[in-house]
Amino acid sequence: MLDDLSRYLGSESNRELVLTQLVQHVPLALLPLVVGVVLAIPLGWLAQRHPLVRTALLGSANVVYTVPSLAFFVVIPGIIGTQILDPVNVVAALSIYTAALLVRPVVDALDAVPAHVVAAATAMGYRPLRRFLAVELPLAVPVLVAGVRVASVSNISLASVGALLGVGGLGALFTSGFQTSYLPPILVGIVLTLVLALVMDLVLVGLRWLLTPWARAGGTR
Amino acid sequence: MIEFRAVTKRFDDGTVAVDHLDLSVAAGTITVFVGPSGCGKTTSLRMVNRMVEPTSGTVLVDGVDVRGVDPATLRRGIGYVIQQAGLFPHRTVLDNVATVPLLSGWTRRKARARAAELLELVGLPRELGSRYPVQLSGGQQQRVGVARALAADPPVLLMDEPFSAVDPVVREGLQDELLRLQAELDKTIVFVTHDIDEAVKIGERVAVFRQGGRLVQYAEPDELLSRPADEFVSSFVGRDRGYRRLSFVEGTGIEPREVPTAREEAVAGERVAPDAWTLVLDGEDRPRGWLPPRSTGDSAPPAERVLPGGSLYTRGTPLRGALDAALSSPSGLGVVVEEDGRYAGAVTAEEVLAALREHRVGPEEHTGGTR
Repeated sequence: MLDDLSRYLGSESNRELVLTQLVQHVPLALLPLVVGVVLAIPLGWLAQRHPLVRTALLGSANVVYTVPSLAFFVVIPGIIGTQILDPVNVVAALSIYTAALLVRPVVDALDAVPAHVVAAATAMGYRPLRRFLAVELPLAVPVLVAGVRVASVSNISLASVGALLGVGGLGALFTSGFQTSYLPPILVGIVLTLVLALVMDLVLVGLRWLLTPWARAGGTR
Repeated sequence: MIEFRAVTKRFDDGTVAVDHLDLSVAAGTITVFVGPSGCGKTTSLRMVNRMVEPTSGTVLVDGVDVRGVDPATLRRGIGYVIQQAGLFPHRTVLDNVATVPLLSGWTRRKARARAAELLELVGLPRELGSRYPVQLSGGQQQRVGVARALAADPPVLLMDEPFSAVDPVVREGLQDELLRLQAELDKTIVFVTHDIDEAVKIGERVAVFRQGGRLVQYAEPDELLSRPADEFVSSFVGRDRGYRRLSFVEGTGIEPREVPTAREEAVAGERVAPDAWTLVLDGEDRPRGWLPPRSTGDSAPPAERVLPGGSLYTRGTPLRGALDAALSSPSGLGVVVEEDGRYAGAVTAEEVLAALREHRVGPEEHTGGTR
């Protein structure tokens, strides 16, 4: 089997193909992550402020996350007017998943901000939006990043289904491997998916490190 | 000036937090709201800066109905010190203090310069400015909280149990510091606490609330302790209120008497063999301890027989200190010192009580006609 693998990777054209799929996979997985985070933050903010919105949003987020991805791919073109094989469909579907997955962590992260700190901010004369951006959101970062890390891994693996729509990505290595009952591209696809997930995780940990110098300041007490 | 006019707060669940509150807080004074938990003192405080809106009635600050002022603008003009300091954990101490100036549109440089001044004002070294709140002690965090509230130099300061989370020794230091600051700054301060000792120490006027949000007595601390309005107030101000009240009785009637004294050097040189309790003084006339009268069979040298003295009473301060000095002294003689710490004389507990009797009779005679 190692022979098969070295023969597969020995070919220049195969290597090029793998690289192309990898390059296509990254935006398919990461663009939805960014869009999902940007959607989930205001939704989580609303949910955290209004108990009714909270119940409704967290409930529907769970429902959305149980919708099969293939069903999304079929329905989305009808809603946003794209072609059935448009990569935008994959990005849109994954964005919705990410947002659904992240609403709860955002709410949890905002709940974890100490109430007396928020009250102090209000008493200092912050208006709600500015208070959210300047006080609540920065303090929510540690808990929020934990949620984003899960969503990142989930997206990187889910983006593989894009291959079924023929939009490329590492999933294409799986489909071609299955069609030809040939193992090496599948193995390469799995390993690269893992590596990509790991790299993204490190990036997110680094981002948290940059955003929370205050959390590293050890207490002297 | 802050004025509550027939203010009532009823929460959605029907509980009445504040019940027809009529009260006015004079400008430039410290007014304390005190009472057990659930008495509406914090709710009342928060209605001043619209953190809580009254169900009915009006709150006026300097004659202006606060409901007519945009909440954020109103709050930037009212300092607020919250329980546990409520500092922003993600900002340095300096940026915490600079919060309100920055919100009010100051440049960062100017706001930080102002913040550094304030750290100094509340007795913190400037170097602390670059630390994060978690790196400070509880007492230091409270000082930063006070500095942050004062940053934009607001005329009104609201303090919500600001010192309740620190230990008693630190709390006492913070209280003294607040009184010192107030003497300098002359703010209108409303201070909420559940601690009656803190209330009578800090407050020029004290408002006692009881459960259900009712104001039961609003008076100066001395009057609160000597003439509690009802059963609730008298039980709330506590058992030893008679003793505590001595804090408000001027010690002008105290005439310190001379007692035998000896120099530290003389005691060390064994040149002293007293017949009575002798106060040992250092080279600058400051009391060091008491040498007991000589008794038969004493073989130890005098220097080893010196007992540590009790608390010292500074001449002219309230009688509580004089009584405490007498009660805590091994000789039964309370040591009276001048403001600079030099020995002035001594006083017995009986003499303090006599002075107290004098004080009690005096004012009655003056007001006798009107009572």
